[in-house]
Parts: sequence; C-alpha cells; structure tokens
Amino acid sequence: MQLNAELVKDLEKKARRLRKDIVEMTAEAGSGHPGGSLSAADIVAVLYFYQMRHKPENPEWPDRDKFVLSKGHAAPVLYAALAESGYFAVSELKSLRKLGSMLQGHPDRVKIPGVEISTGSLGQGLSASVGMALAAKLDKKDTRVYCLIGDGECEEGQIWEAAMSASHYNLDNLTAILDRNKLQIDGSTKEVMSIEPIADKWKAFGWHVTVIDGHDIRAIIKALNAKTPKGKPYIIIANTTKGKGVSFMEGVVDFHGKAPTREEASKALEELKCLD
Amino acid sequence: MFGLKEGEMIATREAYGKALVELGKKRKDVVVLDADLSKSTKTCFFAAEFPERFFDFGVAEANMMSAAAGLALSGKVAFASTFAVFATGRAFDQVRISIAYSDANVKVCASHSGVTVGEDGASHHALEDMALMRTLPNMRVVVPADAVETFKIIHEIADIYGPFYVRLTRPKVPVLPEHDFKLGEASVMRDGDDATIVATGIMVSKALEAAEQLARKGISTRVLNMHMVKPLDEKAVVKAAKETGYIVTAEDHSVIGGLGAAVSEHLGETHPTPIARVGTRDHFGISGKPEELLENFGMSTRHITKAVEELLH
Repeated sequence: MQLNAELVKDLEKKARRLRKDIVEMTAEAGSGHPGGSLSAADIVAVLYFYQMRHKPENPEWPDRDKFVLSKGHAAPVLYAALAESGYFAVSELKSLRKLGSMLQGHPDRVKIPGVEISTGSLGQGLSASVGMALAAKLDKKDTRVYCLIGDGECEEGQIWEAAMSASHYNLDNLTAILDRNKLQIDGSTKEVMSIEPIADKWKAFGWHVTVIDGHDIRAIIKALNAKTPKGKPYIIIANTTKGKGVSFMEGVVDFHGKAPTREEASKALEELKCLD
Repeated sequence: MFGLKEGEMIATREAYGKALVELGKKRKDVVVLDADLSKSTKTCFFAAEFPERFFDFGVAEANMMSAAAGLALSGKVAFASTFAVFATGRAFDQVRISIAYSDANVKVCASHSGVTVGEDGASHHALEDMALMRTLPNMRVVVPADAVETFKIIHEIADIYGPFYVRLTRPKVPVLPEHDFKLGEASVMRDGDDATIVATGIMVSKALEAAEQLARKGISTRVLNMHMVKPLDEKAVVKAAKETGYIVTAEDHSVIGGLGAAVSEHLGETHPTPIARVGTRDHFGISGKPEELLENFGMSTRHITKAVEELLH
C-alpha cells in the first residue's frame, strides 16, 4: 500500500490535535485519564479521520462503521475525536466531567452523540462489539466494528468470553485494537498481572493477530486495511507508550488516572506545538 | 384465549418459549440469546424455528448480556435468557452498564426464579433478582402469573422500547380465571373489603386459594395480581389500602427488595397501612420439591391465609 506522505503528515497533525485536546480537557477537569488517552491518540486519529465511514452530522447513519471504546476511561481521546470530527462543538470539551455536562467521566451513549454504547466497566465493550458485528452479519451489511481495548483490560474474564464468541461466530467484520501501553493503575502489567504471551493467547482463541507500532500512522493504516483470513476476527496489537507525546508523561504510571496541573498542561501544550 | 383453558397447568417459561416463536414470525427484528440453557428456558423453540436469529453464547452470561446490548443498539429487539440467578446476579454489571445505563432495547427474560426451582437448591434459587433489577434506572420488572399473561407480556414489551426484566418460573402453574389485563396496571382478580393480598407471579394462584379459604371464614379479601413490580401500580395499592385497610404481599422472593418491599416503601411514604409480607426472609433456599419448599419457608396458601388472619386480629 502506497501512502501519500501528505496524508500521513496530516493524520500525525490530527493526532497531535487530539493530544492537545486531551491535555487541555483533563487539566480543565482536574481529573480524568490522560495516559491511556494519549497512548491511543494515533490509532483513534486514523480511525476517525481516515478509516471509518461515518457522518458526524448524522450519528445514527445506518451504514456507518462503528467504534466502541471498551477501555472507557480513555474517554478524553474519544471525545476529542468526536468533537474534532464535528459531532459536537470543540468548545464542549472544556465541560468534561463537570456537573451538567454531557461529557461524563466515562462514555455515555444516551447523552453523547456518536458514542455507540456506554462503557467504563472493563470488558463489556468487546462483547457489545460482538453483538454489533453479529447484527451486521444478520442484516448483510458491510459495517465494520472497531473496538479499542486496553492491556490491563485483558485481565478481565469477559474479554476472553467475548474473544471465544467472536471466533465461534466467524466475525471477520470485527477488528479489535489492543492499546498495549504496558501500564495499568497499580503498575506495569508485568508486575500487576502478566498477560503475556498476549499474541499467542489471541491466536489460541481463533483470532488473526498482527503486532504493530501503535504510534506509526503508516503501520496503523496498513494494519487496518490488511487482507485478513475469511471467517476470523482480527486483532491489532498496537505497542504504544502511555502518555505518548508529552515527555514528562511518557511511561509514567501516575498519569493513568491523574490529570496534569495547569503548569504541566502549559508545558505539555508547548511541547506538542513545537512538533507542528 | 390462546387455546388455553382456565386451570390448565403450564409453566410460564413454556409459554415464553412459545410466545417467542409467535413473535419471531411477526417481527423479523427479534433475536434471541441464551447461555447454554435453551432447553430449560425454552428458547429452544425459537432456535428450532429461526436458527439464524438465535445465538447461543455458551456458559458465559456476562458476554451474552453485553452482546445482547450490541445487537439491540444495532436495531434488534434482543431477548436474552438464562436462569434468574445468572441473569441478574452473575451478569449484574453487564445488565447495569451495557443494557440499563445504555438504555438498550434488551428484554432480559429469566426462568427458574424463586424457591419453586426446587431440588437444585440455594445456588439456583433466585430470591434477590427482583431486588437487583428494581434498583436499576431504566429497568422495568414484570412477572407474569400464568401462561396467558406471559403471551401478552412478551408481545407487548416487544413493542415498547427499552430494558425489561421478565421473571419466569420453572414449575407448571394453573391458567388463571379470565381477567382484565393492562400492562402496568394491577388486575383485580377478586374483590373484597376486609383486606387485600397483593401477589405476583406464581403466588397469585395461591393468593386466590387463600382468599377462597378466608371467604369461608367470613373474611372478604381482595386479590391484586401485580404483574408489574416496577414501576409499581401505586394507585391500585393505595386504593386497596384505603378501601380494605390491611395489606398482605405474597411473592416467591425475599421480602427484602421485592414486591413486599416495593409495596411497603410506597405505603410507608404515602399511606401507612398495617402490612404483612409473605416471602423468604433473610436466608438462602434449600433442596426439596417446590410445594415442600413453599410450605417449609412459610409461603404456602395456608401461610397467606394465616398472615391475613393475624393482621386482622
């Protein structure tokens, strides 16, 4: 696949835009989960600004592709992508987590246009994606369901129940993306609860597996559009860095669920701006 | 009605299975999910008729509930079935977030509720399922008392958007005398002025027997069939309290959090009334035959009769 250099540059810029939004909105909220939002920014940027068929002006468009944020705590990256796509005003992002805001701490399907299902209790989004993929098959639609899961989330039993059912029902219209940022709240996945060999686990559950650098726009596009075996669900294990894009947040476990201070946010925005 | 005669014995789960087939013929958007219990929940009838719209999720209730939400949010009317303990207990969080909080059009239809499950014992006696489902916003709780009501309820809720919990039972129950049925409104099965028995599900026929026994002793008892436990028909409850003065509730469920609790909570706030609750107390079930268990736990017809008499004296 030949990718236009300009397109890649543009998507990198879009991902930086998402990162700025994430830093700004969590700093403004004074809470939230910046680390796992920043690690997923490149993946989400490619999905929303390149890959998925969707109509922000008509969120319920029946022929849309679907995105499910199973790792619901990364809500800031989803909200940023929705706002920057035009589902709602970018200025709305400042209301994150505030009383009366539609932008709840975790995705709320009822309140927020473009959110496919409410998440926040880990493991459930992948199962819901299985249901959506089944519905698409039943309706003979070519809808593709994309589901972003976390690596800590792979410790949930429900992930493996969902994995088993996706291959049982031959859901080749389902793509899971694992944001392998290697950190969870209590520490590294290695220390807290080992998930390796993670690729082998997914293979054993009947999935087609690809491992990529989750910050390489070209690699993400290539993986999302790879020809995969018929009848098999597909998972892209995206190796990422928690807090990616902000030097002092990268690989720092504390930023899983801690917002940057005003000062830290200014520093972070400065760094991100320098890359433009 | 529905070719069923009064007094005919048929389990509500059996009626549910048949109602699903009728519904499946009528509506192409109906899908049914089960977790390896289709022969017991009777979704096997639907599976045989519409295999392409039936999804067995194996022994994985949590996955089934969230997947049901995914199907529902893609335009399907999803009926998800398993035993009541698993539907509401094991998969509570999935029903809470994927279904109720997401306001997904899923009908959680659970069989094998209460001590009348029988021999399987405590692990399989759902005595807290109504309590769990009642606490969830967006969730409505319905308990058909016989096969005819089950047919009506299943067809009606398919046309109403949003989550429902339908509580079905394992043993056969008699088809009740023909009565008015309006979803959400208690059916007055028998009128009376000395006391009211508010019963739900399998206990409605027991309540009618109790009222008959009481009539022979000169006590005139009203029997309300409360098929909808949430939202509760508060008007009918208050009316009964005002007109008959005494209320006895009857359910095959813990008195904590179920029908008795719902009735007490409302009357306590609006019209304090002497009340007695028939149901399990703060304990688990045990193995035995359904009728033996109702007797053992103080939930048989004679116990309902006794509860009314004690309240009046």
